[in-house]
Amino acid sequence: MESDLLDVTFLSILVSGSATLIASAIAIPLGCFLGMRKFRGKEIVRTVTYTLYGFPPVVAGLVLYILLSSSGPLGSLQLLFTPAAMVLAQTLLVMPIVVGLTMSAVSTTSRDYTETAFVLGADGWRTARTVIHEARVGIISAVMIGFGRALAEVGAVILVGGNIQWHTRVLTTAIVLETREGDFGYGLALGAILLAIGMVFFYLMKRYQDKGMLA
Amino acid sequence: MSAIKAEGVSKSFGKRVVLEDINLEVGGGDLFAIIGPSGAGKTTLLRILCGLQPPDSGSVAVLGERLSYGKGANLTLRRRMSFIAQKPIAFRETVRENVAYPLSARGIEGGKEVVDRALEQVRLLGLAGNPGATLSGGEMQRMAFARATVYGPEVLILDEFTAHLDPQNIKLLEDALVSYQKEKGATIVLVTHNLFQAKRLAKTTAFMLDGAVVERGETSRIFNSPTDERTGAYVRGEMVY
Ligand SMILES: Nc1ncnc2c1ncn2[C@@H]1O[C@H](COP(=O)(O)OP(=O)(O)OP(=O)(O)O)[C@@H](O)[C@H]1O
Ligand SMILES: [Mg+2]
Repeated sequence: MESDLLDVTFLSILVSGSATLIASAIAIPLGCFLGMRKFRGKEIVRTVTYTLYGFPPVVAGLVLYILLSSSGPLGSLQLLFTPAAMVLAQTLLVMPIVVGLTMSAVSTTSRDYTETAFVLGADGWRTARTVIHEARVGIISAVMIGFGRALAEVGAVILVGGNIQWHTRVLTTAIVLETREGDFGYGLALGAILLAIGMVFFYLMKRYQDKGMLA
Repeated sequence: MSAIKAEGVSKSFGKRVVLEDINLEVGGGDLFAIIGPSGAGKTTLLRILCGLQPPDSGSVAVLGERLSYGKGANLTLRRRMSFIAQKPIAFRETVRENVAYPLSARGIEGGKEVVDRALEQVRLLGLAGNPGATLSGGEMQRMAFARATVYGPEVLILDEFTAHLDPQNIKLLEDALVSYQKEKGATIVLVTHNLFQAKRLAKTTAFMLDGAVVERGETSRIFNSPTDERTGAYVRGEMVY
């Protein structure tokens, strides 16, 4: 049981961590771009993004399940019930959050810093770099919140992962199983581990963030 | 030759007309003060002069080049100018990095001595390693001055660069400005509420009221024998607004 626990914990971190990394790699540049540009329909993009924050994981899981199932359009990839499918599902859930929060972090810092950079002779690229640098505290928050959502999420991973022992079982899906089997104590212990991972992660990110706050 | 030339500049925000048909010339090497009550449109005019904001109509030329107000527009020209905003801000970097910013933005490496000298002139060398965001109000304005002058701009535009400062800080920055101009022969446009400051520093003064330049001329004449009644009322402190 103990090695099982380690496996489950490790897979949770691996799946949610990879999803957050992949989502951030796409969403941070996208959010910066959207936050800095003025364009028609920006408000619509913003509203849609914010709406997606609350997108039910189980619905995302269902849609992905249909796409990945053997008769689905992506069935040939044979990803259903693999960790890769779980990463994919969580990436989709995390992305809007990181895009939206990065976008607002960048657009709120944007004006004053853009103007200061402008009058000090910065070109477009340098200005963009400066604005992103100034918004980094907010961008770090975006990643933290994104990871939190991925780690806590159960609806999507249970559908596309299947909660298979040794293979696709993570902390949240293990809790579902323990609850069904009536082992509440073990379920709560798993919950405590989940919280502990979150806390360690948030603590590390917060320290990094505080350093960025001033200098 | 005029260093700055604004022709027929108008600007409205919504229905509010903030600048109406401004024509203004600032001679090369002049120290030009713009005075006028709050809301007269001084900041708006400066922002248009330094390329931050396009006018609704009219045009501005600086050092012979017409401003076009696009993103990345007039980059080469902009790098010969500088602007200190009414409320300057520091980047989230050290004071030294803030002052070095214009140099690195121009791809100038090193420059440590230049930065040191700029910091020394505004008495900030001791705080060089501190985060810019922790500076006090007066220190922030001194930092902004060092940052705006470190690369030797030929045109320097200042919006209330000593507002809310104590007499010592005002003196320090005024001295720094005067010696900067002596050294570089730069053209300086200075918006100020402090009439004594205009008298002390400016060669030419313009009085703005309700989005228009009412009168401009040699500073001593503006203060001693203004031709417009409203200018007289303002410089004598009789204008209530
Ligand atoms: N972006 C804006 N949107 C709407 N109104 C604006 C904007 N910027 C300035 N104004 C208005 O334009 C008028 C002139 O503003 P401006 O900042 O140029 O005045 P000022 O002469 O610099 O005043 P102060 O001496 O108080 O700094 C003010 O009434 C202000 O409210
Ligand atoms: Mg102003």
